[in-house]
Amino acid sequence: MKEDVTIGVLALQGAVEPHRAHVEACGARFAAVKTPEAFAQVDGFILPGGESTTMLKLIENFDLWDVLAEQFRAKPVWGICAGSILMARTVLNPAQKSFDLLPITIQRNGYGRQLDSHYDLVDGYKVSFIRAPVITEAGPDVEVLARQDDVPVWVQKGHYMASAFHPELTQDYPSPMHRRFVDLVRKSA
Amino acid sequence: MSDNSSQNVINIKTGLAEMLKGGVIMDVVTADQAKVAEDAGAVAVMALERVPSDIRAAGGVARMSPPELVQQIMDSVSIPVMAKCRIGHFAEAQVLEAIGVDYIDESEVLTPADEDYHINKHDFKVPFVCGAKNLGEALRRIGEGAALMRTKGEPGTGNIVEAVRHLRQINQDIRRITLLDDAELMTEAKNLGAPFELVKLVKKDGRLPVPNFAAGGVATPADAALCMQLGAETVFVGSGIFKSEDPAKFAKAIVKATAHYNDPRAVLEASKGLGEAMRGVAIETIEEGMRMANRGW
Repeated sequence: MKEDVTIGVLALQGAVEPHRAHVEACGARFAAVKTPEAFAQVDGFILPGGESTTMLKLIENFDLWDVLAEQFRAKPVWGICAGSILMARTVLNPAQKSFDLLPITIQRNGYGRQLDSHYDLVDGYKVSFIRAPVITEAGPDVEVLARQDDVPVWVQKGHYMASAFHPELTQDYPSPMHRRFVDLVRKSA
Repeated sequence: MSDNSSQNVINIKTGLAEMLKGGVIMDVVTADQAKVAEDAGAVAVMALERVPSDIRAAGGVARMSPPELVQQIMDSVSIPVMAKCRIGHFAEAQVLEAIGVDYIDESEVLTPADEDYHINKHDFKVPFVCGAKNLGEALRRIGEGAALMRTKGEPGTGNIVEAVRHLRQINQDIRRITLLDDAELMTEAKNLGAPFELVKLVKKDGRLPVPNFAAGGVATPADAALCMQLGAETVFVGSGIFKSEDPAKFAKAIVKATAHYNDPRAVLEASKGLGEAMRGVAIETIEEGMRMANRGW
């Protein structure tokens, strides 16, 4: 248990800055990280929302795959929307490479395009689904923390957590998801 | 939908713009170009019939792209697809919404359909991006419902000077407002020609109420890094990629320079071995009436 933790948001692309106020409201330090030196300094990672295809290309084009895989083995990771796609074991529509941190199958843009983006309540907290993926299968050892219409939208296994939705765009700090993740990082650090 | 919650959430339309931050949005005219853009790490593509430099060369009336073309591009990539409609042409926007594009650009690159009125973007579920030269223009578009702003720059020129002018102007306008007394805000709103409520919001937050991206004249990795350091949150590249000598290389290089905009060594690496950039145009050689940035108000 370590109280004073730094949460690193992978900052190659996407919704990075909106996490700052949530992380700080949990009493943790926020860092936007994009280099191996910066990755080594953090206690847990948020893989933010953005475009998963783009993040994947950037991780590969910038030669960051191996160093991130190594970091993720030892530290808690929370993937949001695009980030959850990077964590899945299997990705559909189209199939793409992933870090395989969680035994889940995820369908990209499973709810449709931007016109199908919407708000919903998860754990009493208003969240946004934006061109969101759908978790179509979760392994038996995956804990489902929330479902919408019978579909898992927030899951966890060990120190890996994923959400199909965005709590970070809600300006009521911190979100219950950030609180849970920062606790997880504190317990693991 | 659970809109009964009192929690204040970033608008779902602006939410998508948040997801595009720190990236590069590329103009493409074919499905093959869209694939090149996606492979290079573009966060989105703009589906067009012609890139701005060709629109400039062709003259005549530039309209919305044919629906088949937009659809082919949507079918070929998994990143978001944007498309342009003419300023004020809400029927073109309705068609683009019916196709299901992810973002509509009400753009001065096309020939305006209405010289007095822009589209009432609140009427649409699909989000809009609009161009601006200064804060007043940006807040008028946001007042009409735009969820994302970009500089106008001078499209199709490969000349960054106008985009820089517009970024600096918007930054200066915002800084000035943050220093004003509350009593001075209404006069400022009047002078800017901007909605009062939005002027108050800018004073409170010290920034635009929606993300601000750079567009219009970006041609090299260093151009992209310049815009990002001047406060742009993402970069649109129009003619700069597919009018260069090696589009796939240029696309990757501009993406890298945008992601690492504040690391000169990374921008240096990105700038090496690229071949010829697009040929540029000096702004003063373009007749006043041919300048796209002057379209809209």
